[in-house]
Formats: sequence, C-alpha cells, structure tokens
Amino acid sequence: MKTNNLLLQSVTQVVTFLIFAFSIYLFFAGHNNPGGGFIGGLMTASALLLLYLAFDIQSIKKALAFNYVNIIAIGLIISLATGMVSMFLGGPFLNQYDQYVHVPLFGEVHLTTAVPFDLGIYLVVVAIALVIILAIGEDA
Amino acid sequence: MEILMSITVGVLFMVATYLMLSRSIFRIVMGLVIISHGAHLLILTMGGLQNGMPPLLGQEAANYTDPLPQALILTAIVISFGLTAFVLVLAYRTYDAHKTDDLDQLRGTSDE
Amino acid sequence: MTFLHWAIISPFLLAILIPFFYRYIPKIHTGWFVFILPLALFGYFMQQMLQTTSQGGVVEASAPWVPSLQIFYTVYLDGLSILFALLITGIGALVVLYSIYYLDKKKEALNNFYVYLLMFMGAMLGVIISDNMIVLYVFWELTSLSSALLISYWFQRDKSIYGAQKSMLITVFGGFAMLGGFAILYSITGTFSIQETIASADLVMASNLFIPAMILVLLGAFTKSAQFPFHIWLPDAMEAPTPVSAYLHSATMVKAGLYLVARFTPVFAGVPEWFWIVSGVGLFTLFWGSLSAVRQKDLKGILAFSTISQLGLIMSLLGVGSASLYFNDGVENALYHAAIMTAIFHLINHATFKGSLFMAIGIIDHETGTRDINRLGGLMTIMPVTFTITLIGAASMAGIPPFNGFISKEMFFTGMLEAMEISAWNMQTFGILFPVIAWVASIFTFLYCLILFFKTFTGKFKPENFDKHVHEAPIGMLISPIILVVLVIVFGLFPNLLAYSLIEPAMQSILPGVMTGGERFYVDIYLWHGFELELFMTMGVIALGTLLFIYMKKWSSLAIYKKESDILNPLYDGSLSALVTGSQKITRAQITGRLRDYLAYMSIFIVLLLAYTMFRYDAFSMPTENISPIPGYMWVLVLLFILTTVVVPFINDRMAVIIIVGALGFLVAIFFVAFRAPDLALTQFLIETVVVVLFLLAFKHLPNLKKERTKPRIQVTNAIISVGVGVMVTLIGLSSYAFRQENGLESISQYFIDNSYELAAGENMVNVILVDFRGLDTILEVLVLAIAALGVITLIKLRMTGREDV
Repeated sequence: MKTNNLLLQSVTQVVTFLIFAFSIYLFFAGHNNPGGGFIGGLMTASALLLLYLAFDIQSIKKALAFNYVNIIAIGLIISLATGMVSMFLGGPFLNQYDQYVHVPLFGEVHLTTAVPFDLGIYLVVVAIALVIILAIGEDA
Repeated sequence: MEILMSITVGVLFMVATYLMLSRSIFRIVMGLVIISHGAHLLILTMGGLQNGMPPLLGQEAANYTDPLPQALILTAIVISFGLTAFVLVLAYRTYDAHKTDDLDQLRGTSDE
Repeated sequence: MTFLHWAIISPFLLAILIPFFYRYIPKIHTGWFVFILPLALFGYFMQQMLQTTSQGGVVEASAPWVPSLQIFYTVYLDGLSILFALLITGIGALVVLYSIYYLDKKKEALNNFYVYLLMFMGAMLGVIISDNMIVLYVFWELTSLSSALLISYWFQRDKSIYGAQKSMLITVFGGFAMLGGFAILYSITGTFSIQETIASADLVMASNLFIPAMILVLLGAFTKSAQFPFHIWLPDAMEAPTPVSAYLHSATMVKAGLYLVARFTPVFAGVPEWFWIVSGVGLFTLFWGSLSAVRQKDLKGILAFSTISQLGLIMSLLGVGSASLYFNDGVENALYHAAIMTAIFHLINHATFKGSLFMAIGIIDHETGTRDINRLGGLMTIMPVTFTITLIGAASMAGIPPFNGFISKEMFFTGMLEAMEISAWNMQTFGILFPVIAWVASIFTFLYCLILFFKTFTGKFKPENFDKHVHEAPIGMLISPIILVVLVIVFGLFPNLLAYSLIEPAMQSILPGVMTGGERFYVDIYLWHGFELELFMTMGVIALGTLLFIYMKKWSSLAIYKKESDILNPLYDGSLSALVTGSQKITRAQITGRLRDYLAYMSIFIVLLLAYTMFRYDAFSMPTENISPIPGYMWVLVLLFILTTVVVPFINDRMAVIIIVGALGFLVAIFFVAFRAPDLALTQFLIETVVVVLFLLAFKHLPNLKKERTKPRIQVTNAIISVGVGVMVTLIGLSSYAFRQENGLESISQYFIDNSYELAAGENMVNVILVDFRGLDTILEVLVLAIAALGVITLIKLRMTGREDV
C-alpha cells in the first residue's frame, strides 16, 4: 500500500486490542448475557480485519502467521470432541455438563461443557470470515 | 406492529424477487442478501413482537420474547453470510472468466 | 418360512451361484447345474404337494414381510397353483435341458442367460403361489423384467433391444394398471390377501369402484397374455433365444395373464361386463392371431401369432365359464363348468404341443441357420426326427385326432355352442357370433399349421439356401421335444389321466362355492364325442383349410399377405416416438438455461398454489388480537427502511448499491434492537460490517451495473411476479400470526424458558439454545460455513487452468 495512513495505523493498533478484548468479554458473557461464540468470533474477525485494512496483508501475515484453514479444522474438532465427551460418559451426543469449581483467587467458577463447544464455534467463525475475506482480498 | 412488519417483509420479498429476476449477476447477489433479511424479519414477526423482555433470564421478567425464533435467525444470519460470500465470489469469478455478467449470454447451448 | 417359501426363493439363490459356476467350472456346461433345480422342484411338487391338492386340499403358510402395511409373504398352493407350478418346473426342466445343446458353452454368455432364466423361474413361481397381491405384483414385474432381459439376450442386435423394450413397456404398463386395481380392491376390502378378497366378493361387487378395479386387473392380465390390442409385443419377443420363446413366450409367462383371470374369476365374475370383456377380447384375439399367423414368413412369427391366438382361445373359454358363477344354481351352470374345464385342459395341451413346436423350430433354426419359410423346404428326409415332432405338434395344434389338441378343440366348440344358450346379457342376439368366430379362426389355425409344416418339410431341398451343412440335431437337443410330443399323444389317448389330479382341483379354485359339501365337478373327457355338431365343424375346418392351402398361390399374391407386420405396430412406434419428442419439447421449453425463467416458474407456481389454498380454505385472516402497539419512532424507521429497499433496483451504480444494501443491513440490526433481540442485533451489526468489507474488496472484480436492457414486456412480468410474491408473503405472515392468536397456540419455546437455567446453567436463552439444546444444529451450521469457505478458496485459489469453461 503506497499511501501512508499513519493516523489510521496508530489508532488501529490501539483499537484492535480494545475490540479484541471486548470480543473475549462477549465470548464469555454469552452464557448469561448477549454474546457467545458467534458474536465473539465475528468481533474478533472484525478486529483482525481492521488490522488487515490499515496495514497491508503481507505484513500482517508475517506478524500473525496463522493458517486459517487449519483453524477451521481445529475449531470443528474441538466442538465435535466436546460433544463426544458425553458419549464416553454414557450420555447422548452433545449432552452438557456443568460444575461449580472453587479456584483460588477467583472464587467460585462456573464450568460448563458449553464453553469448549462455543470455543470451537468461535474459532471456526473467526477463521472462516478471515479465510473468505483474505481469499478475495489477495485475489488481484 | 405485526401488520406493519408483515407489509415491510412483503416489500423486501418483492424487491428481492425483482432483483433476482434480472439479468445481471450482481443484482441477483443483492437480491439474495435482501431476501435473507426478509426471511429473518418474517420469522421474527411471526413469533410476535415486543411482547416481553429480551430472552435473558437475568432480567427476571414475567414475560420474555420468544427465544426460539431468535436462535433460528442467528443461525440463519451466519449461514446467509456464508452463502452471500460464496455467491459473490462465484459471480465475480464468472465475470472474470466470461467477461460478461449477463445471464442471457452466460446460458449454455440449448442442447447438452 | 416353510419349504414352499424356499422353493420360490431357491431359483434366486441358485442364480447368485451361476456366475461362479460359469467362471470356475467352464468345462461343464452351466446348464447342467441349473437343470437340477427345476427337476428337483418338479419332483417336490409331484411328490409332496399333488397328493394334497388333488384331494381339494390347500397348502398355506405365511411369513411376515411388511406386516404394518398388511404385506405378508403368504404362499397358497391349491389346484390352480399346482397346475402352473408343474408347468413351470416341468417345462422349465425340459427347456434347460434343451438349452444346454442349443447354446454353445464357448460362444454364449451362459452366465447371463441362466441368471435371467432362474430369475424368471423364481418370479413365475412367486406369481402363482403368492396369496398376497403386493407380493404377487412384485413377482409379476420381476417376470416382465427377466423376460425383457432374456429377449435382449443377444443385445448386440437392434431388433432384440427393440423387442425387449416393447415387451417391457407394454407388460410393465399392464403391471402398473394391475397394481392400481389391487389398490382399489384393498380400499374396498381392507386386505391384500386374494383368498380373503374372494371371501368378501359381495363387498367388492357392491362397491361403485367395482368396474374400475376389474378393468385395471384385466389390463394386467391382457398385457401379459398378449391379448388384442396388447399382443404386439409377443412377435417381437421372438428375438429371444428359442428356449426362451418356448418357455416364457408360449408355456409359462404369457399364461400368467390367464392365471390372473382365473384367480380373480371368483372376485369379479358373474357380471355381464366381465363376461363380455374377457370372452370378447379372447375371441377377437383368437381370430386376429390366427389371421395374422397365416401371413408370417418366419417360422417363429407363425408360432408367436399362433400363441396369441391360442391364448385368446383360453381367455374366451374363461369368459364363457364365468357364466356359471352367475347362474349359481340349477342345471344350466353345469354347462359352463365345461368351459372352465376346457380352458384348463387346453392350457396344458397348449404347453405341450406349442413347447414341442418351438423346440422343433429352434432345431431347424439351429441346424439350417434360417427360419424363413421361403428358403426352407424338403427337410423331411434330412431331419426325420424333427419332422416327426413337428408333424405331431402341428397336427395337435390344428385339431386333428387322436392328439390332445383335437379333444380340446372339440370341447372348445362345445363351449362356444353352449355359450349361445346363455339366457341373459343379450346372448340371444349376439350368441351366434361365438361359435362362428371360433370356427372361422379354427380354419385359419388349420391353415397356418399346414403352412408351418409343409413349407418346411416338403418340396425341394435347396442346399444353396443355407450357409451350413444341414443335418439332424444331436440327440440331447431332441430329448425335450420328444418328451413333450409323447405327452401330446398320451393326453390325446388317455385324457382322463389329468381329470381328477389336476383339472378338477383347478376348477375348484376357479369356481369356489359352486360345489358344496365335498361334491366334485364331473370331469370326463373322451377322445371320441360321437357324430355331434362339433365333429362336423372340425370336418369343415379341415376341408376349408386344405382348400385354402391348395389355392395359397392365388391369394398369396394379395397385398395383405405381403404385409407381415401387425397394423398396430405403426401406432405403437408412432406413439413411442411422439412421447420421446414430446417430452424433449417440454423439457426444452422448461429448461431454458435462463435463471430468470426457473425463478419465474417457481415463484409463479408457488404463489398460485398458495393463493389457491388460501382461497379454497378461506385461510386469510387479519390479526386482531395481541397486536403490539406501534411506537412513533417505528413509523420513521419502517418508512426509511422501505424507501431504502425500494430504491435498490433503480440504482445503476455498483458502489451506491453496495452502500445502500449495507445500510439496509444496519437498519435490520436496529429492528432487532427494537424487537428485543440483542444477540441478533450484535450478530447483524458485525456480519453487516464484514459483508460490506467483502463487497468492497470484491469491488474491483465486479462488473459495473448497466441499465437493464430487457424488453418492457418481460420487465412488466417481472414486476407482476415480484408484487405477487411480496403480497403473498405479507398475507401468509398475517394469516399465520392471526391463526396462532385466534387458536391460542402456545409457542414451543416455553420449554426453553423454563429449563435453560436448570438444564444448561445459562441465562441467555438464545445462546443456550444454540450451544446446548440445539447444539447439533450449530455444529452443522458451522459445517455449512466451512464448506462455503472451502468453496470460496477453491474458486479463487485453485483456478483451473487450460480449460476455458468449467
């Protein structure tokens, strides 16, 4: 990219992290408040998208050397594996378990199998959005 | 409100159908985007509008809006995103390959 | 599953092994392995079953197949079934033996042949032993299928394929009709069992669907038994190897139609429609077949039309005999028992003499390489055994004493003369036609028998007409026809051999309830009837037939004689090609290659369908209850939204369209906010952002929008369709909402509201539904997304090179 968008780039550096942090919050909030895997994933994707738009694709690719196609697979595997855990425990596919665990410093933490499941969804959504957009963007 | 929204959805469907009946690929993609908006709003409308609080149990309200249509629509939104992306790429690849976006020119020979 | 069940299945099981025999034991002709089975089954039926059935007993056993649909694999073996079972296995064994010598083990694809033949044998046994109509139908279609496969055995020949297709189309059409008839019967009686249907024949008779059911079942019978006008497939089926013609197309499969008529006589007979249709079609077929046979120059062609004509004869007898179910009392009906008796007797006789004739013709074809009566001649001294076989077979077919054909021909005349005396159904007026048509047809029968015989064996032998050295067939090939010919003589001299073992029990099955209290039909068949009218009729037949043969030179120059093909063939060919071109035309009109047309068809159809439904059931209603109020800001929002939407089609700038459609998406998100769907609103916002970026990225690849250069007429139709769709969607939305409110239907999501915390420990119900209650949907959804992404990658990154058009 020839034009030097200094302002945009420096703002982006800050804002991206803000959006990213917010997306993490949304992801975890999803169980009780608006949010979740889809929304968190899309938010993360748009944060990354902002990076790609402000800088050029090549330099971000160096900085974030993810293979998004692999991430799609990883996400799918996480979700499916979560679903299958319950099968090993004798329940039906995708049966859900939750447990309150006392963790030092954090106090009571509510753990559910929905979280890893949602994490898989999150990864898939992020990766897919970026795969599609990068594919189109790189297609000169 | 439901009546008003039904009419709005009808308008969305009407415009989308008109766009999809045209010869330009790009217009068809746009028609697809609009028709999915229409479908989402239709599902929501048929579930009843504004008759309760958002479906969050934290609100501790007596009435909640129907959560099921919302879950369906959420799924539908994400899928229509995938579809839109695919059709868009398909459209512009077709244009790249054939140098035309006119479906009448893109149709094959009448006999296979 | 009893042994009888397995008897039907055994040919199929053996068929599985045939390819292995063929492949790994090539030294032994595969036919020998096949031969054992029909022989064993024949022995089984003779030894185990005949005892029971000849006493009027029945072997019955049932095994569930699809019990919920009332489909049981029920075997029911009575006098009628065992007759056919013995024919199928007996003639089957002889035919297999014959085929071992007929088909060369090195040159022919024996594995195909015997697999099809066994398939047919099993299917045919299934047809005649099943009591369940659906099972019968399945086996029935299997016989059509295996018949077509056998006709097209030499599939390199166009004529074989043509014949196979023709027989398939006609018989399967009939089979479908029959299935329809069965369905109607089921709707009347509530059972698929034939015996139970017979038991409730009164119910069937009283139904106003009686006539349709009868006609549909008869269609199945007439197509299978090659009755006019469906007979046209049989001559073309002669392209099959001769063992097949002898087996399927004269002795067994074509008789399945007769079996069906006989089997359903107790259900349908006793009404004038049945009587007139069955006997009328039978008589006309008899006449038409014999007349056509005279014109044939191909020996197998003569036999094909002769078979058609003989089948017509038996059919007409079954028709006349049905009168006895009408006159269910008194002396009068005894007359019509005789017709049924004759039908059964002639059915057996026909199998013997026609089988032997087919085999003899097959030998001639095999040894000389031709079946053309104009090239053949003078074979008498060269093939003496074949000559003798043909002589006896043809004499029996012509109705010359002392062979069995003579007896049944005489009895046939008796039956037709007695039909004149039926004191109902306009028979006083038209009855005279029956013996007259029968007599005329018999003259032609006599004539084609003479042609068949004399043209082949007398005259001058011309070696130059044949490609190979002509000599008598090997003994193995002659065994089967000799056995059949011996039967022709034995049944001719001692007809009462069959009387109480086979014929009488079969009559009991066709006419149940006529004889009560263990009484039996009186069956006594003589060779010598005395100087009755029938004998004089036979004398007339012989005299006139001989006269016609002597003057053959004169009338053979007529144009009608030159034409071999049936006049109905052009009709069949024409309608078949019209069907093909017609469907091509329709397909072309519909599959235009234009997306617009498809969309338009779909939209118009759906809109019209829904509009009709709404109008028909008066479904439209305006919601009046539970309508939420419209806040002021909503008016503004909706107005803005509609305006934004409506302008889209009028913009010709791609950038503007992208931005406006993007704005539309954000407005949808605002709607979601207003409708208390925070998750949706968030998702929509984010998605819309990504989509707009997507469109902008793809921008440089996108074509610029041009003003649509479509004809105004098309634009107007487009507009009309679009308005129709829009209005329809609105109406449906309104009506379904109103319907729900008026009927107080509860949403199913109460369950989610109640349980989302208890079961899934989540407070955001939408999210809980997504990740927990409907987790599988979500997995599949991201799978769809992943597939879309892969599609995009494939389209962009993996470009096909070197190919213009993919």
